[in-house]
Amino acid sequence: MKAARLAARLAPHTALLPMALTAIVAYLGAAAWTLYISMTGSRTFPSGRFIGLAQYGRLFDNERWMLSLHNLAVYGVLFVAACLAIGFLLAVFIDQRVRGEGVFRTIFLYPYAMSFVATGLVWQWLLTPGDGIDGVVRGLGFPGFSFDWIVRQDMVIYTVVIATVWQASGLVMALMLAGLRGVDPDIWKAARLDGIPPWRVYARIVLPMLWPTIATVLLLLSTAVVKLYDAVVAMTQGGPGTASEVPTKFIMDHLFLRSNVGLASAGAVVLLVPVLALLAPYAYARARKEAA
Amino acid sequence: MSRSIQPPALDRDVAAPVQPEHGPEQGPVGPAPLPARAPVRGRSRRRRWNPARIGIYVFLLGAAAFFLLPLYVMVVTSLKPMIEIRQGGILALPHAWTFEPWRQAWSGVCTGAACEGIRGGFRNSVWITVPSTLLAIAIGAVNGYALSFWRPRGANLLFGILLAGAFVPVQVMIYPLVRVMALAGIFGSLPAIVLVHLVFGMPVMTLLFRNYYAGVPHELFQAARIDGGGFWRIFLQVMLPMSLPIVVVAAIMQVTGVWNDYILGLVFAGRDNLPMTVELNNVINTTTGTRQYNVNMAATILTALLPLALYFFSGRWFVRGIAAGAVKG
Repeated sequence: MKAARLAARLAPHTALLPMALTAIVAYLGAAAWTLYISMTGSRTFPSGRFIGLAQYGRLFDNERWMLSLHNLAVYGVLFVAACLAIGFLLAVFIDQRVRGEGVFRTIFLYPYAMSFVATGLVWQWLLTPGDGIDGVVRGLGFPGFSFDWIVRQDMVIYTVVIATVWQASGLVMALMLAGLRGVDPDIWKAARLDGIPPWRVYARIVLPMLWPTIATVLLLLSTAVVKLYDAVVAMTQGGPGTASEVPTKFIMDHLFLRSNVGLASAGAVVLLVPVLALLAPYAYARARKEAA
Repeated sequence: MSRSIQPPALDRDVAAPVQPEHGPEQGPVGPAPLPARAPVRGRSRRRRWNPARIGIYVFLLGAAAFFLLPLYVMVVTSLKPMIEIRQGGILALPHAWTFEPWRQAWSGVCTGAACEGIRGGFRNSVWITVPSTLLAIAIGAVNGYALSFWRPRGANLLFGILLAGAFVPVQVMIYPLVRVMALAGIFGSLPAIVLVHLVFGMPVMTLLFRNYYAGVPHELFQAARIDGGGFWRIFLQVMLPMSLPIVVVAAIMQVTGVWNDYILGLVFAGRDNLPMTVELNNVINTTTGTRQYNVNMAATILTALLPLALYFFSGRWFVRGIAAGAVKG
């Protein structure tokens, strides 16, 4: 009897065991182990040889890693800016009580249902120099036209921006539109009585009111930037050469192809820094809210 | 990780409570999906065709064309013989329609050493997705229920860690997980890949159910407690029967997420269980010889078909899931 009562009392704890194991072992524990490996001289297998921060020194002397960080910065700024701008514009235009609103929403969001792999492969085909869409422009009477960014080392990262913006800006549209629909109708009435043109209301009143939505979108987009992997692998395999290398791919290559687990782990820890920095304000806001 | 949530009244598309009135830790849940515009919004005069409205439609139609272009090109490319593709005109409709590329993609194309099409990948993806979805929903529902009603000590901290983990690139955890699974002797097997999907799907699943149950009146739970219901009985007899809407949303999210996954399948599934996305990438990027663009595009459509069909047929449910589970991706 006593045992049964104890089991009943502990039922909530027992039920949360999978979550506890996931959070503590699979997330925290694994991240801590990665941090530890990054301070050892591990090659193919983990080794206990502690070498302090030497891997980080190697990492930042590694040209390929530095290039991947540079690519990530360029990609990140353009991807986030373009998604925000396109998503917001689409939401505002859809918000003008247009006919066929549902059809437009469906069209703008469907790419988000596709995998990064499929997205990358479609755009690889579309942007293939010669046979892709640049051939259409040539056929229109511009025989000299060519759009070969995907095979150019200095331009390839922008093609990844194009493909992933196509995939993700519908999500921004959906979140922004929901935000717009939450704006108090009285604001529009008042603005109209005062004769303020709608675009100014959007820019000066509505946009600032949407900041919680924008903050969410920013968090989602910027963590998606750090995670960027599948799309690059499918679209360019990091090439031509290493021109579209990104940090996640650098880490995967060094973990599983180049047998340099220590260096890869150092790279993973470095990637953790921007993510934690992005999450910190949210954790802070949440803690304050709970204290209040 | 919180944002202000639209008032629950906006929430019409999926029945029953889903949004709590406020949430200290919704994570970046989006708002309820796109309620219809309130009838009055100031500009109540009749819509007439003026230059501004024409401009709006021109912009929207142009944008729609841009978004539809890849889908259109995929479909027409997959239905053309290679000779037409070489002659150019990626936008042109096929002259000689052919389904041969589809047949090739399904059952003939080389995915590495074997040349049996991507149907094997399809089968593997089904085998991975079904248990990963059923178990993830079960765990997510129990988590959400315990977090909303029982609130054991420390559970919220665990949930915070779980949510934060959703934003971290898997590369941070992947190598230790590989070692542990190798040690347990399951690395490169179906159980391994299912387990990994459960681990990485848990934040979104838990979040969905937690927010859903937060909208259930607490009195209901207290009444069940007074009637002598225990943890599991209340869950199975009171909460679960009213959870159908969120189960559907969770299923859509998890199926899409697991089906579209590439990196976890690549690392954990093992050679015999590679999911369709991995096989697709092998077909297109690692085979040598002339590129069969039509077969490639047919294979791409086949791989994207399930999530696209889910999206087009489940409409608002999908949108709600995306909004609430946008943590992923």
